[in-house]
Amino acid sequence: MKNIWLERLSPWILTIVLILLWEVIVKGFGISRIVMPSASESFYAIYEFRVGLWKSSLTTLYSTVIGFGIAVVFGVLMGVAIGISRPVYVTVYPLMVAFNAIPKVVVVPILVLWIGSGLQTSAVTAFILCFFPIVVNMAVGLATIEPELKDVLRALGAKERDIVIKVGIPRSLPYLFASLKIAITLAFVGAVIAETVAGSEGIGNLMLVASSNFNTPLMFAGIIVIAAMATGMYGIFAALDSRFTGWATRGSMNFATAGG
Amino acid sequence: MAFIEIEDVDLVYRNSFGHEVSDGTLALSGTNLTMEKGEFIALVGPSGCGKSTLLKVVSGLIRANKGKVTVAGETVTDPLKIVGMAFQNASLLPWRSTRENVLLPLEIVEPHRQRFRAEKAHYEELADKLLETVGLEGFGDRAPWQLSGGMQQRAQLCRALVHEPDLLLLDEPFGALDAFTREELWDVLQALYTDRKCTVMLVTHDLREAVYLADTVYVMSARPGRVILDKKIDMPRPRKLEDLYSRDIADLIQELRHHINVARTDE
Ligand SMILES: Nc1ncnc2c1ncn2[C@@H]1O[C@H](COP(=O)(O)OP(=O)(O)OP(=O)(O)O)[C@@H](O)[C@H]1O
Ligand SMILES: [Mg+2]
Repeated sequence: MKNIWLERLSPWILTIVLILLWEVIVKGFGISRIVMPSASESFYAIYEFRVGLWKSSLTTLYSTVIGFGIAVVFGVLMGVAIGISRPVYVTVYPLMVAFNAIPKVVVVPILVLWIGSGLQTSAVTAFILCFFPIVVNMAVGLATIEPELKDVLRALGAKERDIVIKVGIPRSLPYLFASLKIAITLAFVGAVIAETVAGSEGIGNLMLVASSNFNTPLMFAGIIVIAAMATGMYGIFAALDSRFTGWATRGSMNFATAGG
Repeated sequence: MAFIEIEDVDLVYRNSFGHEVSDGTLALSGTNLTMEKGEFIALVGPSGCGKSTLLKVVSGLIRANKGKVTVAGETVTDPLKIVGMAFQNASLLPWRSTRENVLLPLEIVEPHRQRFRAEKAHYEELADKLLETVGLEGFGDRAPWQLSGGMQQRAQLCRALVHEPDLLLLDEPFGALDAFTREELWDVLQALYTDRKCTVMLVTHDLREAVYLADTVYVMSARPGRVILDKKIDMPRPRKLEDLYSRDIADLIQELRHHINVARTDE
């Protein structure tokens, strides 16, 4: 009993310890707030700039979720296509790897050129960042169906479609959920990168402005808010994951996750 | 005409895309075998000689490069639609309960497929009855990973039989089990066989298993495999484990072992 509680609380305890350390070090060494504000100053900045922060975080959240949502839909479709068809895999996969290797920061200015700066740019960048891990993980689950199981089903007259629906998709759900946890945090990264580089609204832009004003506490406030939002979204997907695919951690299926 | 006729079959596994067939592995070469309806045969032979391959050829999962395979009077070109199969690895679906695993074939095979939703309760009852006959009464709701290896094999047998196939193909289904469980499952299989009267091809490395269960035991040569010997087993059914210790049967097993050893070293 005691251990379970300790396990649940341990990340919170660590967070609090780190915040206290931050406070003590900044105060103890008398570091200027322009260089590094203390924890209390940063949290106060959250309160002080709550209106702007709230508006910016909603914008960031909005573009993140849109980009992420589109990535889930197309990532799953693309993952299924790659997972079940060798020709598609052979043709598409190398290109995707190459594309994924491009630093996303350099893509943003091109996007601005094409679609202007704004919500759409952040959403597209979020999409680009989190698309790949979703595709890969979905494909892995489908491509690694036990050959014996396929034989059992094919000898019953099952079509490829039956095998995908009855076995492939349920089997790849744990891989998919694992990738969604990674993908949502990557989507945040993408949205904030776009906001910072393209200067469209959102937390990224707010921090850019704060930086030019030497408002370091606000920058730290922004970081805290982004981290909190990303962790919250991660938590939602972690909960969904353990709810829908608990069998995967109990059963013998072992799976790895590919991040991006 | 016999139920299964395999005539002079060659099978080559191509090693990679686009290569000539001659680059591949010749797994079967000039294989002949005939089986009557309702017969139980066992295939034994050195490892890698093509036993699993032969099962796949019969089921139509892979196509022979040469020769002819007919099942129930029809030439096999595509996967047969109604074969029951079981392997060494139970490969049950971990997200389904044991009962739902057993029901899987009925969601695919016609005519059950169309009725499945409407008559789910009826089918579930069927599955439970089947589970009961293999000694898994009350385990229908369990997840497969909550079952022991032997229990998973029992469930796999149910999955292979639930749609009442005419042909049952078993590839070392008891290979990973301990001796006691294995002998227990021989009797489970024997009972199912006498009950269903289906045609069974069993691949095994265990000669006692082959002799205990089959009407005819076929010995295959080393790769490329072909049938080099067939032995009728004249033991009345139902057979009992004691029967295996009779002089005649012990000699027969010894003889089979000898032939496989010769086939192995003959490569
Ligand atoms: N998918 C495949 N691709 C290429 N070669 C294969 C493939 N499957 C089997 N082979 C080859 O064909 C030969 C026969 O294989 P098969 O699996 O039929 O043997 P087996 O008699 O079942 O062996 P075991 O008793 O060990 O299960 C082997 O040499 C094997 O290497
Ligand atoms: Mg084999």
